[in-house]
Amino acid sequence: MDISPILDGFGIVLEPSNLIYCLIGVIVGMLIGVLPGLGPGATIAILLPITYGIGPVSAIIMLAGIFYGAQYGGTITSVLLRLPGEASSVVTVFDGFALARKGKAGTALGIAAIGSFIGGTVSILGLTLLAPIVAGFALDFGPPEYAALGVLGVLLISSIGNGNKLKAIIAAAVGLLIATVGRDTFTGAERFTFGSLNLAEGIDFIPIAMGLFGLSEILYNLEERHNQVHAPAKVGNVWPSRKDLGQAKGAIGRGSLIGFLLGVLPGGGATLSSLAAYAFEKRRAKQPERFGKGAVEGVAAPETANNAAATSSFIPLLTLGIPANATMALIFGALLIQGIQPGPQLVTEHPDVFWGVINSMYIGNILLLIMSIPMVGVFVKILRVRPAILAPITVLITLLGAYTVRNQVYDIFLVIGFGLLGYLMKKLGFEPGPLVLAFVLGPMIENSSRQSLLIFGGDPTGFFTRPISGTVLALVLVVALWPLISKAVRRKPAPVPAGPPADPPVEPPVEEKTP
Amino acid sequence: MTILVGYLPTPEGDAAVEAGLREGALRSERVVIVNSPRRGAPVDEHKIDDDASAALLARARAAGVDAEVRQPLHDDDLAETFESLVEETGGTLIVIGLRHRSLVGKFILGSEAQRILMEASVPVLTVKADR
Repeated sequence: MDISPILDGFGIVLEPSNLIYCLIGVIVGMLIGVLPGLGPGATIAILLPITYGIGPVSAIIMLAGIFYGAQYGGTITSVLLRLPGEASSVVTVFDGFALARKGKAGTALGIAAIGSFIGGTVSILGLTLLAPIVAGFALDFGPPEYAALGVLGVLLISSIGNGNKLKAIIAAAVGLLIATVGRDTFTGAERFTFGSLNLAEGIDFIPIAMGLFGLSEILYNLEERHNQVHAPAKVGNVWPSRKDLGQAKGAIGRGSLIGFLLGVLPGGGATLSSLAAYAFEKRRAKQPERFGKGAVEGVAAPETANNAAATSSFIPLLTLGIPANATMALIFGALLIQGIQPGPQLVTEHPDVFWGVINSMYIGNILLLIMSIPMVGVFVKILRVRPAILAPITVLITLLGAYTVRNQVYDIFLVIGFGLLGYLMKKLGFEPGPLVLAFVLGPMIENSSRQSLLIFGGDPTGFFTRPISGTVLALVLVVALWPLISKAVRRKPAPVPAGPPADPPVEPPVEEKTP
Repeated sequence: MTILVGYLPTPEGDAAVEAGLREGALRSERVVIVNSPRRGAPVDEHKIDDDASAALLARARAAGVDAEVRQPLHDDDLAETFESLVEETGGTLIVIGLRHRSLVGKFILGSEAQRILMEASVPVLTVKADR
């Protein structure tokens, strides 16, 4: 492997301006992680317009910092107040808060920070080694492969995500529909524009992301009646003892691995991997009854896994151009705004972006480790701000940001419209993630399938006869039919051990992407 | 019959508890220590934890007064919370601590002590922290 671009990447990261953006990113990420309600997705969506003004490398470094920084921050409130700041820290609550009640909050936070650092670093190493290989492999991809991969991505995200599969697929279908609005690039025909000039340009990614993730989340959280107010928590000694570290060692190692693998998968990501790591740790523990009563492993495993997953979910994005989860879809959008098409060409065409972003994670993780332990008290202070004060400010920033992108009031209305849509979707149990992902992947699926049909001379069987696209489409079928298959299999042997049913269909794509 | 004591973990709050307990011992009435955090933010720095409320109860025991700690949430008006507690517990006296606040500060932030003074239906005893 050629090492010089990696070293150049470090050179880029160590530029003072990039270091500052990295620092801003991780601090914002930590704060957002501490705040329950506002997640990294919403924050990245709201900050998308800011990335216009700065270079692509700095922009993505900052957004990535927000994403993995939030995984650190979410832990703090889980442990201290039994109030998970992020979905990915929900399982940390069980043992983290139990430890805090025993007066070992510092131990839990220290273990979580160290685990997060190790998990993140292991994942970056994996990313460094694996990403160029996958990208090199994907260089052989033509339009048919991309079309098939896009379909697989949308399908996996809708079927693996938490919640109702049917609703996720409906959301994804709406996303695909919205992606077709505007003037068709091939023929110039206008689709779903209703004669409106604004719609003829298509619907921009930024208003959709800001509305569906930013505004809708703010609206949704405002509705919550806060019936519990916590007393400020005290943080004792932060350094975990050697005994605690010894206990957590194995969990950190396994958590890194689980997080890395699940993070790569579409639809996986930090939340799923923290759940999986906790369940795995509990299942293999000699005294599972310790879990929930302050087991150090119960903090170490999920916290390590969610950071590892947050990092490794960059692999499919940077190498194949397929976002693995909703937050990655936002970063995908941010790259597109900068005029960079994520995909296998990224390594060769924009090595500065590719290696700059990856290497910034080493720095970011070190910054987070340094900050997270002594500055817990500072970050917890943000919890004293009432949502009634925070929400209007955030909405103002969102709408202002939407306007500044193109200086069009129309965009503000789009944000409000999609914000209401997202709010209603959440009320009705639809996740906005699949919609945004399908919207991002929609043009890729459409353009590549039409290009491939041109290549094949209009013969759709061409998709199945090419080896790679054929394999991917076979996987699409497996994923689509999996619920039926598993139902049929389950009916025969009556007492099936309660395993996570989502695991089996998830494994093939890993082998597919890492030959 | 009870005496309501407004308490925040500040010198003024301690002075109020001191006076309230003395008054409770004098009148041999129960004392309800009210520590009311504001609704909204996930964390309120004025809310006391279990250890602190246990310490307050120990102080009451030492003074020979029967006491309890209540932590109801309040919205915009703390006076309303006190008023409903007066009704609920049959309060005869409210004890609160006062702090100095400048004219401008009072104008902008308002004064919860003043509102309690004006709106309470029972006598209010106000105390200042030791200088």
